[in-house]
Amino acid sequence: MSLSSVGRISALLLRYFYLLRSSWPRVLEIAYWPTVQMIIWGFTSMHFSNSSPELTAGGILISVVLVWDSLFRSHISYTLSFLEEMWSRNLANLFVSPLRSWELVVSLATVSMIRTLIGMVPAALLAIPFFGISVFDIGLPLLGFFLNLVFTGWAISQAVTGILLRYGLGAESLTWMLPFLLAPFSCIYYPLETLPGWMQLVAQYLSTTYVFEGMRALILRGEWIPQLLWHALLLNAVYFLFGLGVFFLCLSSARKRGLLLQSGE
Amino acid sequence: MTPLNPILEVSGLTKRFRSVDAVKNLSFSLSAGSIVGLLGGNGAGKTTTLSMLLGLLVPTTGTIRLFGQDFIRNRHKVLHRMNFCSPYVDLPQRLTVRENLHVFARLYGVNKGGGRLKQLAADFRLNELMDQPVRRLSSGQKTRVSLAKALINQPDFLLLDEPTASLSPDVSVWIRQCLTDYRDQTGSTLLFASHDMREVELLCDQVIMMSNGSLIEQGSPDEVKKRHGKNSLEEVFLSLNQEDPR
Repeated sequence: MSLSSVGRISALLLRYFYLLRSSWPRVLEIAYWPTVQMIIWGFTSMHFSNSSPELTAGGILISVVLVWDSLFRSHISYTLSFLEEMWSRNLANLFVSPLRSWELVVSLATVSMIRTLIGMVPAALLAIPFFGISVFDIGLPLLGFFLNLVFTGWAISQAVTGILLRYGLGAESLTWMLPFLLAPFSCIYYPLETLPGWMQLVAQYLSTTYVFEGMRALILRGEWIPQLLWHALLLNAVYFLFGLGVFFLCLSSARKRGLLLQSGE
Repeated sequence: MTPLNPILEVSGLTKRFRSVDAVKNLSFSLSAGSIVGLLGGNGAGKTTTLSMLLGLLVPTTGTIRLFGQDFIRNRHKVLHRMNFCSPYVDLPQRLTVRENLHVFARLYGVNKGGGRLKQLAADFRLNELMDQPVRRLSSGQKTRVSLAKALINQPDFLLLDEPTASLSPDVSVWIRQCLTDYRDQTGSTLLFASHDMREVELLCDQVIMMSNGSLIEQGSPDEVKKRHGKNSLEEVFLSLNQEDPR
C-alpha cells in the first residue's frame, strides 16, 4: 500500500470521524442497540436459568447474542457509512477524486471495525456486573468467532453497497433485511439438528453456522474444535470474494449507466 | 482545427443509453490555459459529456486523451490534476466548511493543506463560514464552498457544470471573476457547461455548442457570431436549433 493510498484512506476515516463528532445521536446509536440487546437477553437468560438451566448454561444465550450482534453491527456500520455518501450526494465527489475503489472498501471496513468495537465492548463489559456473564471467558477463540462474523458482515455489506450503487436508495431496505435472512439458518440459539433437512442443507453452506456450533461446543461441553473455525473462515473467504465481485460488477455497471453523478432513488 | 498544445483530445465520443444516443460522435480539443464553454439546451448532452470527461460514465465508443494519457483506461494517473463543481453534487452537509475542505485536501494529497485552506478561505470570502456546517449555508455560500473544494488541489483542468445556476447576478459576476483570475494565475484549463449563453460569452475564449448530443458549432464567441451574422451566442444558438428543431 503506497503512502498516497494511506493518505486517501485516512481522509475518509477523518470524514467519518467528523460526521460522528457532529451528531450525538449517531454516537449514542453505536452503543445503544448492543447494550439494549444485552439487557433484554440477559433477563431472558436469568428467567430460563431457573426454569430450563440447560438453555443458559455457561452464559451461552447472552454470549451468542453478543457475538451475533457483531455480524449485524459490522454490516450496518459499513453500509451506513456508504449510505451517508449517498444521502449527502457526495459519491460523485469521491469517484472523481484520486480515491481508488479498493481504498473506499478499506476505509469502510476500517470504520466498520472501529464502530463495531465501540458498540460491542461496552455491552460485553456491562454484562459482567449486570448478569455475571463474561463473554471474555471464552478466551482467544472469542477473537476467532468475532472476526469470522465481522468478515461475514463485510461480505454482505459489499454486495449490498454494490446493489445500492446499481439500483439506488430504493434498495436501502436490503441493508436491514439481508442479515436477518441468514439468522434462522445460522443456528444462533439452537443446534443444527433442530432445523428440518432442507434448512440444514442451507445452513451447512453458511459460515455463521460453524461459528455458533463452535461456540456451543466450547461453552456447553468445554470442547474446542478449531476445524469449525477454519471451515467458517474458508466459507467467509468465498463470501468475501463474492461480495467484492458484486460490488465491483455493480460499480462498473453504474459507470456504464451513468448512475454515479445522480445517485439516489 | 486542433489547438496548439492540447491538454484534452476527444475523438468520436459516443454514449448510447439503450436505443438513445445521448452524445453522438463528439470530437474536440482544448488547449492549455483556455476557458471553454460547453453550450446547449436541456438534454443537449452537456452533463453526459462532462460525466465521461470525469470518469463517472464509460463512453460507448470513442477516445479521451487527457494530459497525454488514455483517460478511459488510466484515469487514476490524471485524476489528481483535475477537479469539478456541479449543482448535482453536494458536500457532506453535517460537516463544517473547514472539515470538508480538510478531508478533500487529504483526498487529493495536498501538501500543507492548512495553508491552502487559508488561501481558499480568503479567495472565496469563507473566513466567517469556515466553522459553519454546510447545511446552514445559503445556496450562494454553498456554491463558493463547492468552488473552493474544486480548487483545493489547484487543478490543471477544472470542469464546471452550471456553477452559477440559481445564483443572484452579483454573486455570478463575482464567481466569473474568481474563475478568470484562477485561470490567469495558474494557466489552468476550464471547461464550463452552461445553457446561459450570455455568461459563456462573457467568460469563455472558445465555445462548443451541442444539440441533441451532437456538436453543432465551435470556435471563439466572436468567430461563431460572425460566421452566423448574429449579435449574440443566444441568437446563433436559436438559429441553429431552428434549422434542426428536434
